Amino acid sequence: MARVPVVFTVNGTEAAEFVEPGAMLSDVLRDKLDLTGTRVGCSQGTCGACTVMIDGELILSCLTPAQRVNGKSVVTIEGVATNGELDPIQQAFATGFATQCGFCTSGMIVAAKALLDANPDPSRDEVVDAISGNICRCTGYEPIINAILSAAAERRVAKSA
Amino acid sequence: MARKRGRGLSAVNYPTGMNLGGDPSQALVHATTTGTFVVTLSSVDLGQGLKTVMTQICAETIGVPPDMVLIDTADTDTGPHCMGTFASRGTHRIGNAIVMAANEARAVLMEVAADELEVNATDLEADGKGAIHVKGAPTKSISVIETALAAHFKHGKTISGRGMFMAERSFPEPETGKMRPATCYAHACTIAEVEVDTETGEVEVLSLKSAYEVGRALNPKMVEQQIIGGAWMGISHALYETTEPYYPDRAHGPVDFNEYLMPGPGDLPEFGGVILERPASDGPYGAKGVGEMTANSPIPAIANAIFDAVGVRVDSLPITPEKVLRGILANEGALEPAE
Ligand code: FES
Ligand code: FES
Repeated sequence: MARVPVVFTVNGTEAAEFVEPGAMLSDVLRDKLDLTGTRVGCSQGTCGACTVMIDGELILSCLTPAQRVNGKSVVTIEGVATNGELDPIQQAFATGFATQCGFCTSGMIVAAKALLDANPDPSRDEVVDAISGNICRCTGYEPIINAILSAAAERRVAKSA
Repeated sequence: MARKRGRGLSAVNYPTGMNLGGDPSQALVHATTTGTFVVTLSSVDLGQGLKTVMTQICAETIGVPPDMVLIDTADTDTGPHCMGTFASRGTHRIGNAIVMAANEARAVLMEVAADELEVNATDLEADGKGAIHVKGAPTKSISVIETALAAHFKHGKTISGRGMFMAERSFPEPETGKMRPATCYAHACTIAEVEVDTETGEVEVLSLKSAYEVGRALNPKMVEQQIIGGAWMGISHALYETTEPYYPDRAHGPVDFNEYLMPGPGDLPEFGGVILERPASDGPYGAKGVGEMTANSPIPAIANAIFDAVGVRVDSLPITPEKVLRGILANEGALEPAE
């Protein structure tokens, strides 16, 4: 089948690729653009590992045809840090021991970023809700919830300073 | 139709590693020209933190800062032999191998430093910050980097060491079957509190509190991480996970994450964990295996708590709502533990 062009912005940089019709965004990110921070755990929308943002909205990149992001702006885990500085969420995951094997971590952090961008002062229940589409096999979730709550506090302080 | 509460207890003796074939693991340590100590292993870090703890053990034994240690878990074609990362054996088995290899490498390091400083190697100590100095005379010193350079380019020596762990074999006595299957045991105690819905058979774990005796917590934050992750896995094994819900019948087995049940972030109980340290005489710096028992001790505690709540003794996992309801039915709704 003839390949189709897709042009979109990823982490602030323009990307232009020819892809198979129906190729999933997760595969284009990982295999064509070498953005392998996005993980694929199931390819069927049930684990959340492949979570990225499109125009600020969370989506599962394993279920999103790359053609759908034509002209849009995608943020992956590689775009969460700014100028080499870790986002407070990433920092909190590291200092709070909220990652073990790391397979869920990219999706968790992107989901947490979407939450905190929209709601800078979430309750514990709101944090639980925000990550309930992301499976973690290792941590027991507790350190992840705590890391997101402490990152939220950190971001609020940074903003008011 | 009610929600009944119950409390259950479990106590566990957990062997570190296994007996089979002496449960061996090997490690090789060598210094690069600029004094980075490379630890070559075939052991795998799958998220449990092996690389961090092995770095600590090597750094401590040689007397250098952790950032002068590089763990190379190469591959099983080229690395020294390791039985594998399982049976809570990594810290203990591989750690022991690294202590032995690092001590051998340290002896060469000290010999070279002694030659350079024109003193006796036994009078030297490493300061843990990247220098070696004469005991009691910190100014008479040489850096580890200079020592490594001298070894490579002046003395023609390799600063290296070989280490291995191998347990003494124990064979069963033919008459009694008695044997010593393990040399090192960790211990655990867990108390679970549950609430059981007598109408739906659903079990909610309210709290899970544990004490773990781990020999020595070489990295206390990572031990804590194992305890919390393990508690969640224990709940998951006790109440949710199975590939064959009607074993041995394969019917209704889950095929994806929609059907393979696990507790989510909204199903967490109150966690509590206490670490007790009684150093093991045969462990690296006293450590025992911690990992797996943290996922095991919650299971019998939860099963006992369900019995305490509604008098139903379920002896197969997971303890599904269906099994709980069938148990209540079989007891004719007595809802009390039988004496
Ligand atoms: S890989 Fe997309 S949800 Fe699992
Ligand atoms: S850290 Fe392993 S899946 Fe979350």
